[in-house]
Amino acid sequence: MTAKIALSDIHKSFGPKDVLRGVNLEVETGQSLVVIGGSGSGKSVMLKSILGLLTPESGSIKIDEQETLGVARRQRAHIDNQIGMLFQNGALFDSLPVWKNVAFRAIQNNGMGEADARDLAVDALKRVELGPELLDLSPASLSGGMHKRVGLARAIASEPEIIFFDEPTTGLDPIMTDVINHLIRDCARELGATTMTITHDMTSVRAIADKTALLYKGEIIWQGTTEQLEASDDPFLNQFINGLPYGPIEVEGQRIEAASSQMGAE
Amino acid sequence: MFVGQTLASMLRPPIYFRIIGQQIIRIGYFSLPVVALTSFFTGGALAIQIYYGGNQFNSEAIVSSIVALGITRELGPVLGGLMVAGRVSAAIAAEIGTMRVTEQIDALTTLSTDPHKYLVAPRVIAATLCMPVLALVADIIGVFGGFVVGTQSFGFNAAIYVQNTIDFLTFDDVSSGLIKAAVFGFIIAMMGCYNGYYSKGGAQGVGRATTNAVVSASILILAANYLMTSLLFSS
Repeated sequence: MTAKIALSDIHKSFGPKDVLRGVNLEVETGQSLVVIGGSGSGKSVMLKSILGLLTPESGSIKIDEQETLGVARRQRAHIDNQIGMLFQNGALFDSLPVWKNVAFRAIQNNGMGEADARDLAVDALKRVELGPELLDLSPASLSGGMHKRVGLARAIASEPEIIFFDEPTTGLDPIMTDVINHLIRDCARELGATTMTITHDMTSVRAIADKTALLYKGEIIWQGTTEQLEASDDPFLNQFINGLPYGPIEVEGQRIEAASSQMGAE
Repeated sequence: MFVGQTLASMLRPPIYFRIIGQQIIRIGYFSLPVVALTSFFTGGALAIQIYYGGNQFNSEAIVSSIVALGITRELGPVLGGLMVAGRVSAAIAAEIGTMRVTEQIDALTTLSTDPHKYLVAPRVIAATLCMPVLALVADIIGVFGGFVVGTQSFGFNAAIYVQNTIDFLTFDDVSSGLIKAAVFGFIIAMMGCYNGYYSKGGAQGVGRATTNAVVSASILILAANYLMTSLLFSS
C-alpha cells in the first residue's frame, strides 16, 4: 500500500518551545488514522502543518507522494481541492446561511449556481442525517451537535479523498459523541476517503480508528492497530488510554510518576 | 508584506464583485448619517468661529469662503475619515478578528479560498471607493452647515453666501480633499483588516485588535493628511 500522507522528521517550534520534534508518520490510502495525545502535545500543530496553515522549520510532508512543504498556496491548490477538514468548533462562516457554508467550495471555486448549490447542500446534509429545513438558517442558530454535523457536511460535500478531523467530539454529550463518531466512520467509508483524526477521546479512537498513533512531546512514541492498542503494554499508552494520573507521562511539567512513587514509598 | 499580498490579490481573478457591493453598502451607505452629522455641525461651528474671530464688517464673504475652503480641503475628508475609522475600522477588525480566533480564516484556506482575496481585498476596494463619495457628501453638508448658521444666526443673504462660496472654491480645493479621502479609505480598511487578521488570544485579542485598528487608522490618517497637504499644496 502506498502512503497517502507521509510525514518525515517534522520539526516546528514557537520561539524557544519545540512543539514538534521529529514527527514521522504515514497514513495509507483509505486508512483511518487517529492521533491521540494530551493537551499541548502538538496534535493541532501537526494537523495545521499538513494543511499548510503552519510551516514547519524542517522535514517533509508528502500527499500523494508530492512534497507540500515550501510549496506556495496557489501551487498546492490541486492538493487542497482533494482535502476536507472538520474544525474543532465547526468554523462555519457566521455571515453565510447553512447551504452556502456547505456548498462554499463549489460556489467559490467552481462557480456553481444557487439551485445546484442548494441541491449539493441538501445531499451533504442528508449524509450527516440533517434535513433541508436547516438550509436557510444562520450557523448562530444551530446547537453544538448540529454545528459539528453541518461542519462535517461541508467537509464531505466536495467528496474529498482526504478528510481531517480536529477534536470532532469535544464539547458534545455522550449520545452526540456516538452519533458524530458513526457519521465520521460511515461518511469516510462511503467516500473511500483517507482520514486523519486528532482527539483525546478514547471512545472516538475505538469507533473510527484503523490505526492509532500516540503523540507525546512532539514525537510519535507509539503507533499500531486498534487491536494492538488494546493489547499493548506500553506504559505511555496505558497511562493515556486508561486516563491514569500516574505514569511516565508528565502532567503540567511535573512527573506524576515520581510523586506517586514517593507517596508509595512513604 | 500584508499590503503587498492584498494588492496582489486585487489583481488576480476572481474578483468578488458581490462582496465588494455588500461592503460598499456597509462601509459607505451606513456611514452616511455619522459623516453628514459630523460635517454639518463642524461647518456650523466653523462659521461661528470665523464670524466672531474675524472681521465682522466683511464677514459675509470671509465666512462663506473660509468655511468652504476649510471643509473641502481639510475638515470634510479628515473628520469624515476619523469618524469612518472609528466606525468601520473597528467593525472590520472585530469581524475578521472573530473569524481568526474561531478558525474561520483557516477554514477559508482549507476550502481553497484566499483569505486576502475573499476578506481583505473587497473591504479595501470598497472603503477606497466609498471614502471620496463620503467626503463629497461631507463637503456639501459641511458647507450647508455654515450656510445655515450664516443665514439664520448672522443674517447673511442666502444668495450672496452661495455665490461667494461658488466664486471662491476651485476644482483643486475639492479634488485634493477627495484624493485624500481615497487614501484615508485605504488606510481605514487596511488597518481594520490587518489588526483583525493577526489577532490572537480569544475575545481579549479581538478587543485589542479593534482598539489597535481605530488608533492606528486615526494616527495614520492624520499623518497621511499632513504629508498629502504638504505635497498637494506646496507644489
